[in-house]
Amino acid sequence: MDSPRAAFTAGARAFLPLVLGIMPFALVSGVAAVAAGLSVPSALSMSFLVYAGSAQLVALQLLTANAPAVLIVFTALVVNLRFMIYSATLAPSMERNSWFFKALSAYVITDQSYALAMNLALRLPNAAHRAWFHLGAALTMWLLWQVAAMVGIFLGAQVPSDWQLEFTIPLTFIALVVPRIKDRVSGSVALTAAICAALTAALPFKTGLLISLLAAVTVGLALEKRS
Amino acid sequence: MYLASVIVGMALVTFAVRFSFIGLAGRWSLPELVQRGLQFVPVAMLVAITVPDLVFINGSYSFSLANGRVIAALVAAVVAWKTNSVMLTIVIGMLVLFGVQALSGFVG
Repeated sequence: MDSPRAAFTAGARAFLPLVLGIMPFALVSGVAAVAAGLSVPSALSMSFLVYAGSAQLVALQLLTANAPAVLIVFTALVVNLRFMIYSATLAPSMERNSWFFKALSAYVITDQSYALAMNLALRLPNAAHRAWFHLGAALTMWLLWQVAAMVGIFLGAQVPSDWQLEFTIPLTFIALVVPRIKDRVSGSVALTAAICAALTAALPFKTGLLISLLAAVTVGLALEKRS
Repeated sequence: MYLASVIVGMALVTFAVRFSFIGLAGRWSLPELVQRGLQFVPVAMLVAITVPDLVFINGSYSFSLANGRVIAALVAAVVAWKTNSVMLTIVIGMLVLFGVQALSGFVG
């Protein structure tokens, strides 16, 4: 890691073990876009412009329910708020890089690229060119993600609509959320969200989503404080 | 217009949160309460968006067996818990959905 190029390559290489983990999710993000009724060009622009899997799936779910655009964008913002923490943590490592470098690095931040960068920071706190390591990992993920998403979009477009492929969206959410429920606090958060969401399902414009979110996060904060 | 504004709006807010602190060069930090609250957002959001889609279909609550989605979702949750695999969860969940719907078509 004595040169930017070496750090970039090390980052790209560090990402490789994670490839298998992200491929299904990327594939599903493509299939789900088409299943939600997006044309191939729209699905491609969503993948390239937004590039945030969970937010895209949540938005697709809301699009099929014809939720208002403002609510979908706001929900995407809430889903992606965690990127602010990543941005804050990565910021010092790129203070001296160009604006283009900063903008590109920001666009490709993901949970995985952030985790790899933090892992490096813990192992080698004084390593030079840490920002290049992050960019190497993040760009590698971006490239593989887009390829898999495109495969998903083209596969999704071949499938007849009576296969109910849109049901893959809630199934993906289930696959993502179940492993995150690990203790009493996260269990209570999930239960609160489930009950509130079922009770508020009939409210107009999917506003029940934000109400349930607020209630569940409040329960989480209250229980965490107590324990 | 609707879809285009959703995609462009999402692109803008997503880039804004990613660029936020990098652009500010670390001159500002998130309030502690927000940071702690954010850790619960993924679980809360994923559950809150999934549940209505299972029990509230075409404008009314549906708990009948012919619905199939609830059973498929419960089986999928067990698969996710046991295997931790996104692919297996989706494949088995879809198979259960098809199975229940085929069966209920048979019976009903």
